[in-house]
Amino acid sequence: MIAVIDYGAGNLFSVKNALDFLGADAEITSDRDALPRADKLILPGVGAFPDAMRMLEASGLAEAITREAERKPLLGICLGMQMLFDWGFEFEKTRGLGLIAGRVDLISAPGLKIPHIGWSDVKRAADCPLSDGVEEGDRLYFVHSYKAVTDMSNISLYAEYGDVIPGLVFKSNVFGCQFHPEKSGSVGLRILRNFCELDL
Amino acid sequence: MLAKRIIPCLDVKGGKVVKGVNFIDIKEVGDPVECAVEYDRQGADEIVFLDITATHEGRGAMADVVRKTAKNVFVPLTVGGGIRSVEDFRALLRAGADKVSVNSAAIKNPDLISEAASRFGSQCVVTAIDAKGNGKGGYNVFVHGGRIDTGLDAAEWAMEAERRGAGEILLTSMDTDGTKHGFDTGMLNAICAVVNIPVIASGGGGRISDFTNVFEETGADAALAASIFHYGELSVGDIKRELARAGIPVRLPRREVFN
Repeated sequence: MIAVIDYGAGNLFSVKNALDFLGADAEITSDRDALPRADKLILPGVGAFPDAMRMLEASGLAEAITREAERKPLLGICLGMQMLFDWGFEFEKTRGLGLIAGRVDLISAPGLKIPHIGWSDVKRAADCPLSDGVEEGDRLYFVHSYKAVTDMSNISLYAEYGDVIPGLVFKSNVFGCQFHPEKSGSVGLRILRNFCELDL
Repeated sequence: MLAKRIIPCLDVKGGKVVKGVNFIDIKEVGDPVECAVEYDRQGADEIVFLDITATHEGRGAMADVVRKTAKNVFVPLTVGGGIRSVEDFRALLRAGADKVSVNSAAIKNPDLISEAASRFGSQCVVTAIDAKGNGKGGYNVFVHGGRIDTGLDAAEWAMEAERRGAGEILLTSMDTDGTKHGFDTGMLNAICAVVNIPVIASGGGGRISDFTNVFEETGADAALAASIFHYGELSVGDIKRELARAGIPVRLPRREVFN
């Protein structure tokens, strides 16, 4: 079972719809005690980094996610991906989950519109099981104003929008998508299916 | 680089797709969920549902259409028509819409844009503007399906919408809508020049060349059309292949990656 974590911020119904479409066994849950029963975790998210981290910490979900992510596949989406890093700098410096080394900063794209919204083409960097089948030039749907800053070895797919925008990041069994795979057409579904089929 | 988007629009009345020609003379053409699935298959970058019933019951039917579509279509969905309150936003977002567009109600109550943007984020707030040349080089905003001239200047209203947190402008020219003789490039340029948020061109797309023209001659980020797609005169794929050939960045569908 894949637990889609509900902490009060989110696009989790779209994620659940996509998982249902793929035939995956997925449950939306806000109960930290349900996470040990899950085989995999998805942390979705729309909103602001500090509020979302506070909600995760207050509910005890932050601790449960960190514990479960020691061995289970975890996929963060959009804000859920950003919270995988050590620090966020949206409005105020906020500690993240610290599962992938890096920080989250405002996009610097002089002359370009912020937020970065729309279908951006991606380039491939490090190989990772989730980007299997994705080709350079494939387009994914992004909606965000902040981006991860992390070592290139943690980046599997990235877009270029003013600077490098990590699209798909990973560190062993922890994965994060800045784009919305559940809104990125067939390529996005392929990435989600890759996650569902992961056997670590 | 961001792709220019092609957006099919479905006019929905009582849960069925209809298409208005110049906002009058409405014909019924089918099931909105099936139409949306077909457009997704053709490579639509986003799908717009416009509720032209705009009654309380109609909105319930619309939420149902969105809910069913969101289970089968995995590109952004935008819903508009008769949105009057932050509650209407919430109901449609919960049903699976990614963006909600406001028109007349925002003109009456511009706070609706600010409130929705602060509550749900600018990315989901689209301000739809129906406008018409005023014969003096400017454009006036019309409401009620293009029947009432508000006297409001379209460029000023677009700027105010952006200032209040709108994430996007959906600009329909009442002069070109339904003509299939091309988008209103003059009006689009007038609006693109004054806002820094994406502008969706609407009204007049009939031939493939209309789509290349709108992206070559204006700063529009997306082009929306309804009847040409309904009646199968053109597919989204036809347009995108031609745009790609003309060197305009587009997302070409790649079904085989998934199937």
